[in-house]
Formats: sequence, structure tokens, C-alpha cells
Amino acid sequence: MAEASYPEDLLYHPEHDWARVEGEQATLGITWFAQDALGEVVFFEPPAVGTSVAKDAAYTEVESVKAVSDVIAPLSGEIVEVNGALAENPQAINEDPYGDGWLVRVRLSDPSEREALMDAASYVSSLAS
Amino acid sequence: MSAPASPSLRRTPLFGCHQAAGARLVGFAGWEMPVHYQGARAEHIAVREACGIFDVSHMGQIETSGPQAQALLQRLLSNDLTAISFGVGPDGGQGTGGAQYSVLCREDGGVLDDLFTYRLDSERYLTVTNAANHGRDLHWFRAHAREFPQAQVSDLIEDYAMLAVQGPRARELVQAISDSPLPRRMTASRRRLAGAEALVCGTGYTGEDGVELLCAPEDAPLLWDEIVRRGAVPAGLAARDTLRLEACYCLYGNELSLERGPIEAGLGWCCREHTGFIGATAVAATREAGPAEMLVAFALQEAGIARAGNPVLGGGEVTSGTLSPSLRRGIGMAYVPVARAAVGTRLEIDVRGKMRAAVIEQKPLYRKAS
Repeated sequence: MAEASYPEDLLYHPEHDWARVEGEQATLGITWFAQDALGEVVFFEPPAVGTSVAKDAAYTEVESVKAVSDVIAPLSGEIVEVNGALAENPQAINEDPYGDGWLVRVRLSDPSEREALMDAASYVSSLAS
Repeated sequence: MSAPASPSLRRTPLFGCHQAAGARLVGFAGWEMPVHYQGARAEHIAVREACGIFDVSHMGQIETSGPQAQALLQRLLSNDLTAISFGVGPDGGQGTGGAQYSVLCREDGGVLDDLFTYRLDSERYLTVTNAANHGRDLHWFRAHAREFPQAQVSDLIEDYAMLAVQGPRARELVQAISDSPLPRRMTASRRRLAGAEALVCGTGYTGEDGVELLCAPEDAPLLWDEIVRRGAVPAGLAARDTLRLEACYCLYGNELSLERGPIEAGLGWCCREHTGFIGATAVAATREAGPAEMLVAFALQEAGIARAGNPVLGGGEVTSGTLSPSLRRGIGMAYVPVARAAVGTRLEIDVRGKMRAAVIEQKPLYRKAS
């Protein structure tokens, strides 16, 4: 998508990742800012279902034309589902970073971690600084 | 995430054109350069199918002139300078000179830079340097010029902007604004383009036909706008890199460095040891004995993208890697032991802990339909 957007229903990590928390699970992805900085994503190989992810640690990579970038987990948990459609269409990460471009879904191991994340307004102001 | 461009970066005369075209600008070899505009893949395809235009004004120019210009360059450059022709063009006015690729070596054969040299006149040559190496090249030229008192070395980096217009339609678009027919491939000649004086060179770095234009910095925006208006797509460094990698052209700092010689890089064809250039003895010895490693081109046999620095199992290392927009596969170049450098050899590449199968392919990986 051409215009920057940061949905209000998401939580944000300073490394430009988002989480959509639904009960004990959360969907994770990268923000508009992250995909814009990367440029066209040309390859994404999802991690395996069952893998543990730790808040603030890299759990996968996205590859643009020029570079490989680590993706940081905004929350800890175990991966229960991955976006397999991205193997064929990694550009969904650019075109729809909060929708079709989601990366993984995790079962949260510590739902209270979400309190350390930013809301959309805080994240947007962090980008301006 | 990429860091914001530093304010200390130099800007080319086309900076305003890039901003107007919506470029993402990044720091590259001390310059603030467009990495892409709307998207690197579309820019790549535009060059393969029609025409793209690149700002390469970050590249440097060194002019060597005088009665000993050829002798000095023969000492510095690996190729045979006497093979670069110069003659008065068919129009009887403008002279047309040859273009030649070569490497600049140290005594031990390590590569200082790879360069194109254009003959501008019977005793005048222009050598185009890589941005990151320009200062070192210039120092090297000047240091050795002391042995050739009748050769003058001039730094012309401030005098020239440089545009590369590349693709099957490139010549047609530039021809439309030229006062006379464009010089052929591997030759260079002065023309007036849209009224501006320019050196038109039949060279490029994409594997497509096209021209490179050297002009006064103040004329560059006009030329850029005229050529874009006629249909050339602005293309950035990302597309330039995927295009050159498909064509298997070396990039200094990736395939070429002081640690390796030109024979290993597959550039023996531009080394003429009989000319006695600096490094010729070392290059001849490697050619004679055979190198330990060779630069090969490969394509992955599965999903994934190998990148520079990835180790090759059993010895060797990837020097450049990308997803080829034309071939839609991971491609790259790597140095591998010479015993496993034949076309068709299977390689296992360690891509950040995952083993990816690749096969050594014939260079270039992409060849334009003729």
C-alpha cells in the first residue's frame, strides 16, 4: 500500500513489528514502516509450526531485493499457524502488511507481555523522533 | 531497517530529479543515491524489455593526456591500450574513439579497481572509476605518472555527471535527441543531445544494449528529463545490481578485491601481460599455474536466496546473490575450488544455517534474446 497506516487495534514493538492479540493467541507481522524501508519483499520462508518465539528476539527473516532482515517477535509464545500463502506471494507483505501479509500466529506464553508494547499513537510518535 | 541517509553524503546534480520521481535514497560509497523508485523489480523488467535510465554520477572520471598518456595507461591498466582505436567519424567532424575494459592491479596482482577507458583523442583518454575507489585510483595514477613526465593526470569527477540509458529501446530514445547517429557499441564520441554537449559511450552494466552519457553537471537534469519524457523508466541501484548479476558482471568489493587477482575472477581476457602492466608478472604466474579458486555463476535449485558471504560447502564463498527478476530464481556468483568449478557441478550453499542446492551455470546467467 502506498500510504502509511498504523491500525488502532494493533500493538506495536519498537523494531517495527505488530501483534493482533485475540485471547491467548496473537497474529504477528511487520509494520508499514518496516515494509517500506525494506522495499519489495521477494522471499519469505515461514518458521515451522511448533517453534517457540521469544519477545525481542528474531524468529524469522524477510528478504527484499537487496537484503535479508530479521523479524523480531513482539511477544513470546509457540507458533500455531504460519502464512503459507507468502511462499507464492511474498509481496503481500508490502501490499497488505496487516492483512494478507501476516506472518505467523502464536499461542502466547505470557499474555502480560503485551503491556510493554506500544499503541498505534505511541508507535507513530516514535517514528517521528 | 536501513539507516536514514547522513547529511554528510554527497548529492549528484540529479538529486532533485530523484526526489521528484519518488526515489528512496540511501548512502552508497559516500553518495546519496536512489536505491529504487516505484519498485526494483519493475525497473529491472523495464530495462530488459524497453528502457531504463540510471544516475551513475557517483562514478569518477580520470583524464590522462599528453604524448605519454598511452604509455602511462599501458603501465597501469591490464588491457592493451594500443588496441583502442581513434578516428574521425563518418560525419568528418567528431572523432570516434574505442572503449576498453580493464583492471588496475597492484604489483601482487590484487585488484585495485575495474574500469572502462574511452579514447577521446589521439593523446587523450578518459577512465571511469568506481565511486568507492576513485580517490585511491587517482592517487595510484598520479604516483605512477611521475615516471611519465609527458603524461598529465586530471581528476574530472567534478566536471562530469553520468547517466546510463539501457535496454532494447535505449538507443532509439537517445537517438531522438541526438544531432547525429550514435556511436556503435564499445565506441565513444561527442554529440549534442537536446542541445547539450555529451560524450556518448556505447557501454553499460546491464547486459542490454544502450549508452552511457557523460555531460556537464548543469546539463544533467535536462538530459534526464528529456529521456524520461520519451519513455525511459528511472531505475535505481537495486535494479542495477540485479541486472549486472544476471549478466555476470563483476562488482568491485564483491567479486573483485585486493585479495584476489583477475584470473580468479574470470577476467583473464582483459589482461595482456606482454604489455608489462603493474601486476603482469603475478597475473602471468597465476595464469600459468592455474588459480586455486575460480569465480562461478550459480542458480539455486530450490526456493531461497543465497547472499554475499554465504559459505559454499567444501570450500568457497558466495560473493553476490539475489533473486533474479528475469529468471525468478535465486542466482549469484561464488568463488569455489577450481576442481569443483565446472558448469553443471552441484553446490550446497549454507544460507544462514539452511543448506540450499545450487548448480554452476554458464555465464552469463541471462542473455538477451537476439
